[in-house]
Amino acid sequence: MASATTAPLDALPPTAPRSGLFGFTRAQGIALVVMLAAIVVLPFFVYPQFLMKLLCFALFACAFNLLIGYVGLLSFGHAAYFGMGSYVSAYASQSWGLSPELCVLIGGAVGAGLGLVFGWIAIRRAGIYFAMITLALAQMVYFFCVQVPFTRGEDGIQGIPRHALLGMIDLGPDMRMYWFVAGVFLIGFLLIHRVIHSPFGQVLTAIRENEPRAVSLGYRVDDYKLLAFVLSAGLAGVAGGTKALTVHIATLIDVNWPMSGEVVLMTLLGGLGTLFGPVVGAGVVMAMETYLAPFGAWVTISQGIIFVACVLAFRAGIVGELAKWLRVKL
Amino acid sequence: MTLDRRAILGGAAALPILGAMPFRSARAQANNTVKIGVLTDMSGTYRDGCGPGSVTCVRQAVQDSGVTGRGINVEVLQGDHQNKPDLASTIARQWIDRDGVNVIIDVATSSCALAVHGVVREKNSIMLNSTGATADLTGSACNPNTIHWTYDTWMLANSTGGAMVKAGGDTWFFITADYAFGHALERDTTGLIGKQGGRVLGSVKHPFPGTTDFSSFLLQAQQSRAKVVGLANAGVDTINCVKQAAEFGLTRRQKLAVLLMIASDVHSLGLQTAQGLSLSETYYWDLNDRTRRLANKVKGDMGGAMPTMWQAGCYSAALHYLKAVADMGVEKAKASGAETVVRMKAMPTEDDAFGAGSIRQDGRKLHPSYLFEVKTPAESKGPWDYYKLVRTVPVEEAFRPMSEGGCSLVRT
Amino acid sequence: MLEDFLFQLEMAAPQIVLGLVNGAFYALLSLGLAVIFGMLNVINFAHGAQFMMGAFVAWMLLNWAGIPYWGALILSPLIVGVFGVVLERLMISRLYKMDHLYGLLLTFGLALIIEGVFRNSFGSSGLPYAPPAALTGAPVDLGFMMLPKYRLWVVVAAFFVCIATWLVIEKTRLGAYLRAATENAPLVQAFGVNVPRMVTLTYAAGVALAALAGVLAAPIYSVNPAMGSNFIITVFAVVVIGGMGSILGSVITGFALGLVEGLTRVIYPEASATVIFVIMAIVLLARPAGLFGRA
Repeated sequence: MASATTAPLDALPPTAPRSGLFGFTRAQGIALVVMLAAIVVLPFFVYPQFLMKLLCFALFACAFNLLIGYVGLLSFGHAAYFGMGSYVSAYASQSWGLSPELCVLIGGAVGAGLGLVFGWIAIRRAGIYFAMITLALAQMVYFFCVQVPFTRGEDGIQGIPRHALLGMIDLGPDMRMYWFVAGVFLIGFLLIHRVIHSPFGQVLTAIRENEPRAVSLGYRVDDYKLLAFVLSAGLAGVAGGTKALTVHIATLIDVNWPMSGEVVLMTLLGGLGTLFGPVVGAGVVMAMETYLAPFGAWVTISQGIIFVACVLAFRAGIVGELAKWLRVKL
Repeated sequence: MTLDRRAILGGAAALPILGAMPFRSARAQANNTVKIGVLTDMSGTYRDGCGPGSVTCVRQAVQDSGVTGRGINVEVLQGDHQNKPDLASTIARQWIDRDGVNVIIDVATSSCALAVHGVVREKNSIMLNSTGATADLTGSACNPNTIHWTYDTWMLANSTGGAMVKAGGDTWFFITADYAFGHALERDTTGLIGKQGGRVLGSVKHPFPGTTDFSSFLLQAQQSRAKVVGLANAGVDTINCVKQAAEFGLTRRQKLAVLLMIASDVHSLGLQTAQGLSLSETYYWDLNDRTRRLANKVKGDMGGAMPTMWQAGCYSAALHYLKAVADMGVEKAKASGAETVVRMKAMPTEDDAFGAGSIRQDGRKLHPSYLFEVKTPAESKGPWDYYKLVRTVPVEEAFRPMSEGGCSLVRT
Repeated sequence: MLEDFLFQLEMAAPQIVLGLVNGAFYALLSLGLAVIFGMLNVINFAHGAQFMMGAFVAWMLLNWAGIPYWGALILSPLIVGVFGVVLERLMISRLYKMDHLYGLLLTFGLALIIEGVFRNSFGSSGLPYAPPAALTGAPVDLGFMMLPKYRLWVVVAAFFVCIATWLVIEKTRLGAYLRAATENAPLVQAFGVNVPRMVTLTYAAGVALAALAGVLAAPIYSVNPAMGSNFIITVFAVVVIGGMGSILGSVITGFALGLVEGLTRVIYPEASATVIFVIMAIVLLARPAGLFGRA
């Protein structure tokens, strides 16, 4: 059983050294261009609020994927960093009147700080125990958020203003906010890509593939894991903060455990350990939640069916299966 | 060749998002169409009290208003906010921005109601709230775009709480759901008890949501020796509390005050357990000929269930809105939510659910409220025959006086 | 000072008893989870949904077939157990060789589907289910509190079911096969034991335990689609604290955490839903394999 818990997830694609521009393979480069084109063109056809929310969750899922896909750690408590990031940047914007870029950065800093403490505790354990301890810690954060007055309990922080970017450009109109959110997403997305392809990222992959060997090679494995955890939590905080400003509201659902489950769903559906998987997964899940909303309990039923289908039929996720079929890396 | 195929298919990885979404329809609808959005709880705790039944009632109102005969098209949309304020505000924005919804009806739970309350103000749209309970909607948080239709926490505290204190229940212990609505209900009832010379001996807050076992809270209530145990929670929580209170024999020495309970809750509890409870509502299907007529019209589409006061409130609200639209003309009504609300406030209300009524400056819809006692199984003639009318609270006393609410719309 | 303490004790004693009743449910549910995890290596997230099904089937038996509580106590676990066999054969059996994550995700998906289907067909505010006539009537006087007869019955029934399950697994030949199959399935199969069938039946048994808990819970809690998901995360924590797969550990921890939760409700009621997670974090740090688990 001990071996089962530490063995890598079988759906993860093998990591091979790659070439190409800035670490992108040719297929990835093409997919990136398509994604950029979509980001530029879509807001003229699709409701921008929906796209902004989608981008926030895509960044959240990418941050989560950094841990599970490249270090092999399943955190079941990522809602804590997302939710705290969302609350803190909401508060900073509403009560201190800070400009949006600062609010988002503060959200990220809080996520990272929380990640530092929780990560330091959690990385001592592996496999399902790691998942459980992150869940336990996240539920404590949830309890904290229910109790302290600044989150305003069940009502949440409502009517969050957006203020002006750098004190100059008012982000009130949705289309302006959209470019800000798209910028935040792209910076986060490229940062994750850069990290994975740095020497640091190579060590992470080595840990995922064979931890004892990484240890024997002299790497301080725990330090690497912790750093990856902090980075992931920080980006989750940024995603949460951006989301709060986008939708003008920060509530308890951002910080409760079903949110942690949702980000697992997005990443799994898109494809663990693929660059674009979390983005596609977030897109599909968000579209489903938005367009199935009138049908009540059918949302949960269809989400359940997707979970089951993913696990039984296409474990590598949409992007993962596509990449397998085309025999490229995405 | 291979590269081309890969390029196209690789790009297709991003396309499902595109394909999954209909293009923006903006407000390019015909000018004689009004859109009503019923935003409610379709899958959670309150589903049976509002949910699909609210949609049915709004459809009935559209039919009864007769506006289609005058060339006005009415479209009814429905949305499930799952009792999450976050989702409620998102759907409300999307409806107003993208789908051109003109009025949002129902909006269960206080937190969601407050969230949508803010959105309709920002977008100059309209919310006609039936199921949300917090009296803040017409008090400290009031705005010119919302009408609070059916009931509120102050009315519940006043009617049920007041009756209890008058009947000699002058010491209280609260079991309160630990969120905005529970706190508001406890606050309003505590204020009332104090005014009438009663005392609150203590209160305990239970986590919300997710509490199923209330026995330890009930035991603390028992140990307090208060004459009345006030339940400041709703839905399944209240149902569980009442069930378990009966089980522990709490009702033998103490009285239960269920501050918010509606007919569908009684239906779920069963009369065996619910008998003898006092509760307040503003609509009960078997109250008079008119309420019965409304119930008979809609029950077929609701699986035989009788409409609750929440659902009846949706009917009444939609009906009045459509009257105002017919009166003003579609174009004018759609141009400004606040203007339409002003017109609605100026017109007297009249419908089968609440009879004749009016809407106050602060957005409070006025009608009498009723104190009921739940029948014993022997007294009940069948399913949904649940209440005995104990007292009618007249319009002037049913709701919080405008001067005490602190609403900024009220000109003195 | 002493009086204060005595007063506290007087307040606390009934809460401890009530904690034991909740503990009985935790123990029954985590027992089923532990049995399934021990034998199948699958974390059954659908356990809460199967608990809820147990209660609903009891309700259906009473209202559609006129079968009373005592009949439902046996029939409902059987029916839900058969449902478990179908799930195991069709889906879960494909995942044994894989990481825990997949079993967790699959059963999580199943839980969502089951809950959604029940919500669509029965609404959400719950259905009434009366306790059997023999167990209603005046509560039992324990000296310091009045305990309803039905709750007493729940504690006793749960206790005996837990003991019986433990005996079957630790002391019988069948149990020995099961334990052996967990250690080395091919070897046991080579001895002529039909291991896949045994695994299927184990899953069914775990599910049936959940359904039994559901029937026991039906008269106390409202029978509603969410009744299981309110429990499941807590029960998970119980299993982890007790040590994944440890039968005895899950039973003892179940009862013990019920007590701790009961005490918290006196001291700091708002935290009663969170205290279990605090304990879980501490235990995992001090003893990674749980209190009774083998590392």
